[in-house]
Amino acid sequence: MSLLKAEGLSLGYDSQAIIEDLSFTVNAGDYLCVVGENGSGKTTLIKTLLRLTKPLAGSISYGDGLLANEIGYLPQQTVVQRDFPASVKEIVYSGLQGRCGLRPRYTREEKELARENMERMGVTDFADKCYRELSGGQQQRVLLARALCAAEKILLLDEPVSGLDPVVTADMYSLIEKLNREGITIIMVSHDVIAAVRYASHILYIGNTVFFGTKEEFRKSDQGRRFLLLEEQMHG
Amino acid sequence: MDKLIEYLQFPFVRYALIVGVLIALCSSLLGVTLVLKRFSFIGDGLSHVAFGAIAIAGILRVESSMVVVLPVTVISAILLLRQGQNAKIKGDAAIAMISVGALAVGYLLMNIFSTSSNLTGDVCSTLFGSFSILTLSKTEVVLCIVLSVLVLAIFMFFYNKIFAVTFDEAFSRSAGVDAGAYNLLIAVIIAVIIVLAMNLVGSLLISALVIFPALSAMRLFKSFKSVTVCSGVLASLCAFLGMVISILAGTPVGSTIVGVQILVFFVCMLLGRT
Repeated sequence: MSLLKAEGLSLGYDSQAIIEDLSFTVNAGDYLCVVGENGSGKTTLIKTLLRLTKPLAGSISYGDGLLANEIGYLPQQTVVQRDFPASVKEIVYSGLQGRCGLRPRYTREEKELARENMERMGVTDFADKCYRELSGGQQQRVLLARALCAAEKILLLDEPVSGLDPVVTADMYSLIEKLNREGITIIMVSHDVIAAVRYASHILYIGNTVFFGTKEEFRKSDQGRRFLLLEEQMHG
Repeated sequence: MDKLIEYLQFPFVRYALIVGVLIALCSSLLGVTLVLKRFSFIGDGLSHVAFGAIAIAGILRVESSMVVVLPVTVISAILLLRQGQNAKIKGDAAIAMISVGALAVGYLLMNIFSTSSNLTGDVCSTLFGSFSILTLSKTEVVLCIVLSVLVLAIFMFFYNKIFAVTFDEAFSRSAGVDAGAYNLLIAVIIAVIIVLAMNLVGSLLISALVIFPALSAMRLFKSFKSVTVCSGVLASLCAFLGMVISILAGTPVGSTIVGVQILVFFVCMLLGRT
């Protein structure tokens, strides 16, 4: 059974649809990359997957015992976070929040889980450091560790490499790839089509037309050919 | 020093000190969240609403103005924080609008319907605080203490959630935390604090109680917990010192406390540089 299945989704604001009749499935272990231009509705799709907004039409079903709040979300950084006084530990712990309910304190097991995830993302060394003093790449690792605390099966990453330099970007991609190989399902939103084709197993393209399929199928599709050609021209 | 000890003999001075320190402590705790959420001005806006509510309570000749002021302020707080991103008028503009609007209408009403012979004095003490903190009745003292302890307890109980929602609302929502409910909670608490603090520093100076300790603490510390603790400690110290100075020197309570906070802020800024 698939982890996540979207059928006939229409997304938009105030009953004005940006995307219509969108269907796709995500199976355990997939690496789905959602690509499309700005304003094509990627953000709305994320919010819908997280159940923060309702689709105008269609449905999303979660399978394999996955609950909507078990999707580990890596949002884009906000202005508020840039000068936020918080230690790395505090931020990673806050990923446990969804498990707590009304309970005010974290249990020992939860703290242990947070420690494991910090180790996994290689941020244990700066556990007590201040978040705002870290580099962009280190900050993303911290937020990834937090997302892993919220969910073990599936991560939803919103432009995880925006604002990072090329070396750190490559690092980030290989880190995500490693997580995927460890069995975590990845949904990544990006406008880096080249990277999408390199790392992902499936591509969802949204724009004037919609494409969903494996990356091999995407390479052969009209949208894929047009995009890859464009990128090649730009990068010589 | 002798003078201070002599003053401390009076129960009303001791009450005032206890209440003042508690109110300052409560205001400072949520200050960190409000400053970080870019809501520094909400205290200011709400206090002006409270000022307007006091004017209305005066006209209606309500026995205890709290009955009118508290609900009006709480409702305004909820409206202001609730609107958030999808409002037609954005956060700061909405606060500015409500704030000056309430101030103007309040003063207007006070002028038209005033029964007092000393209107300017009344207005001045509502805006800048009065010595009324020294003349609190026992019931008022008890009410202040109960509300302050309640605020402290709620803050400590929801500390981790308040942190999560302050740092990243989108993530918290995705993890199933009801961020809206916590925003509401924050709004209600801040409204209660403001109504309490009006006695201490008056409605124009409340923002100082909310933001100065947080800003000072943020110069010195780097984790949310240490910033919160430091801000609480600084707020209590400043309130205590300010009140003692004002009793000894006969200066206005509210502005003296804020004066001490400004000094502490500059000290923290210098310390934070090294």
